[in-house]
Amino acid sequence: MNFKHKFVFLLPGLIVLIGILIFPIIFTVRLSLSGWNSFNPELDFVGIKNYIRLFTDDPRFWESFFRLSFLAVTTVFLQYIIGFALAHMVWKDIKFKRFFRVLFLIPMMTTPVIMTVIWRTFFHESLGPLNDFLSIFGVQPQWLSSPGLAKISIIIVEVWQWTSFMFLLMLAGLLSLPKEPFLAAAIDGASPFKKFMYVTFPLMAPISIGAIIIRLIEASKIMDTVFVLTSGGPGTATETSSFYIFIKGLREFQMGYAATMSFTYLIIMIISLTIIAKVLTKVLMKE
Amino acid sequence: MKLKTLVSTLASVLLIGSQAAYADKWGDQFPHIAATGDIPGMCSYEEMSKKDYSGRTLTINTHAIPVMGEPTALHAEQFEKLTGAKVEVTHTPAGDLYSKAMVPFQAGQAPYDIVFGFSNFINEWKRYLAPVPQKYVDQMTDVTASHIAIASWGDTMYQYPVDGDRHYLKYRKDVIDNPEMKAKYKADTGNDLRVPQTWKEYAEMAAYFNGWDWDGDGELEYGSAEVMKKDDLMYAAFYSRSAAYSKNPSTPGGFFFDLETMKPLINNPGFVEALTDWVEAVSYVPPGGINFGLGDEINSFGGGQTLFSFSWDDAFVAAMQDDSPIKNQVGAAQLPGATKVWNRETNSWDEGFNQAPFFVWGWAVGVADKSKNQDVAFDYLCFFANGANHQADIGIGRFGVNPFMEADFEAEVWTDIGWDAQVAQEYVDTLADMEKSTNRVFPLRVPGTFQFNSALATGTAKALAGQLSPQEALDEVAAEWEAILERVGADNVRDAYAIGVAMEDNEL
Repeated sequence: MNFKHKFVFLLPGLIVLIGILIFPIIFTVRLSLSGWNSFNPELDFVGIKNYIRLFTDDPRFWESFFRLSFLAVTTVFLQYIIGFALAHMVWKDIKFKRFFRVLFLIPMMTTPVIMTVIWRTFFHESLGPLNDFLSIFGVQPQWLSSPGLAKISIIIVEVWQWTSFMFLLMLAGLLSLPKEPFLAAAIDGASPFKKFMYVTFPLMAPISIGAIIIRLIEASKIMDTVFVLTSGGPGTATETSSFYIFIKGLREFQMGYAATMSFTYLIIMIISLTIIAKVLTKVLMKE
Repeated sequence: MKLKTLVSTLASVLLIGSQAAYADKWGDQFPHIAATGDIPGMCSYEEMSKKDYSGRTLTINTHAIPVMGEPTALHAEQFEKLTGAKVEVTHTPAGDLYSKAMVPFQAGQAPYDIVFGFSNFINEWKRYLAPVPQKYVDQMTDVTASHIAIASWGDTMYQYPVDGDRHYLKYRKDVIDNPEMKAKYKADTGNDLRVPQTWKEYAEMAAYFNGWDWDGDGELEYGSAEVMKKDDLMYAAFYSRSAAYSKNPSTPGGFFFDLETMKPLINNPGFVEALTDWVEAVSYVPPGGINFGLGDEINSFGGGQTLFSFSWDDAFVAAMQDDSPIKNQVGAAQLPGATKVWNRETNSWDEGFNQAPFFVWGWAVGVADKSKNQDVAFDYLCFFANGANHQADIGIGRFGVNPFMEADFEAEVWTDIGWDAQVAQEYVDTLADMEKSTNRVFPLRVPGTFQFNSALATGTAKALAGQLSPQEALDEVAAEWEAILERVGADNVRDAYAIGVAMEDNEL
């Protein structure tokens, strides 16, 4: 088969790739160099004006980015701990194993927006059931009105929704582990704790890294939870990058500037996730 | 002579009888208008039934159910039955109405023949909307002059009037007019309990009636329900609170900007005073009140949870519906005023009572210029707002259809649907007084309106959350407004803003 024939076979895939991946990115870059907005809907050329504005005159973007980093790292860390623990639990021979495996997957199968509406009702400070219950003990936390608690509320919802995904990956990893190292550890008389620390955890490291990176990519796009639960409030206390970009792009219709933020955000995420993956590999797979 | 009188009486009876027969006919078929039956007019049920739009499909993007979304769907269904047209209705959250229409508009497409939004979209939507044909404008003889002006840009009407909005005060009559409460309040505070005349009085009363069961229903009640949630129309609430402090009738030429210099006025001491009051209000709203959107405000006041509220009519009408626990226990009044107003020319406060009604934007609807169904679309809108539908719609709080016709300011319209005469009179007087006021504030309708309002919402939300002081927050907003002006072009904004200023300065 000569080169031309190979190219013909590759062409359909290449066209799809260009159409759905390369073109949107190129268009975003082009849009980011324009002043497209509601009163000037044109793909004009303003050079790097939008980038200068972003880097010199928009602290709100950077605040929302660092807030997002905090939320993403915290939620993924908690999801990893809880998801791993649950997977470890149902990996063993326990009663109703199948029931628990299905039960732990349910949150992931629900629609995020609908579930967040239900959580919002749950957290409602004057009409919600949570504060109704807590009032028995004389406390009425301001779940969505206090900047600190609003962040915690988002973390709770995100952890509830997505721990299932981590659970699924970790359970799949545990089920694929070879039996021999565990038999060897048992023969050596290793305690359950040592077995976990020196056998299970190291063997699960590659899967853990993959699961954490996948979840970090997803968590770095937190939008629906923030949109429904707090609208970024109180004030800007829970505003994340994606929510801020949404506001600038689809609320204020500053499409050119929103594209600038999106592209910058993409570059930052590619760099930071690459670094995180390398660090995790170094830390978790040192043996 | 007697014979002539007899014949003319007979003719009158037959004429009225024939109209009543129509009313019965359409009222029976469409329960929504059972109370009035059909009301003759260019777009009445009778007239629409003569049209044949079989094979035509009308697409509409409207708000989520119930506010405006429910009447849109209901009238679409009625319109289908009458004309044979197929009407497809899409429901969209309020915050996305603008972009859902704007994205296809800018791409040169018209996926929706009819788009619902707010009247302050007009400046940016008008180039994509078809002007309302003169035959429809000509039959709007009962629409108030204010609402004709709001729906138009210059001499051209782009938005079909289906709703009229303004912000006013709602209060619990069973408390404010209660002699025992008056005595208790006087004894405890030394002040008179009355309909608050100023925002300071409002705050004192709201704080006093906050957090205890003053109506004896076993539940805690609170001072005030307000729209404080960022990006959920909170900036409208702030403008209402600011008007009394910042709209000085002796300094015409702009409320939001100085029309001459285009300097933002948003951080002047008048606005700062209003934001200071608003930050204080966080302490007398229900728990979680800082996150109340419009729906929460309607439910909170309409459900009897608070003493006061101020915003659109919906909360008041909801409170007056048959299923409300506080029906006929609510009153309406002008927005509170202030004992001083900022004078930007002398850079000092002018002492004396000042009050300024805020004609906040309302629901507005237009027909896409690229629509191939403009004839059906305008007939649908005309039918939506016909006499019978309008009469029925304005009595249902959740519909979000509020008075904009002269006839709506007659108390009988409201007593006919079960309101107490005193409540109805107070309500129509409040609305009518706003129409008569010469110190009104109209919403910002300039290029970049969304950017200006979004910046304000962010700044005021930061102040409410305690992230910034009122002065810091509004200084930040003013700086952002300057940046927007630079991007949009101060002259572009000035040209558009001049129309709003002319309305405020009673020149239109």
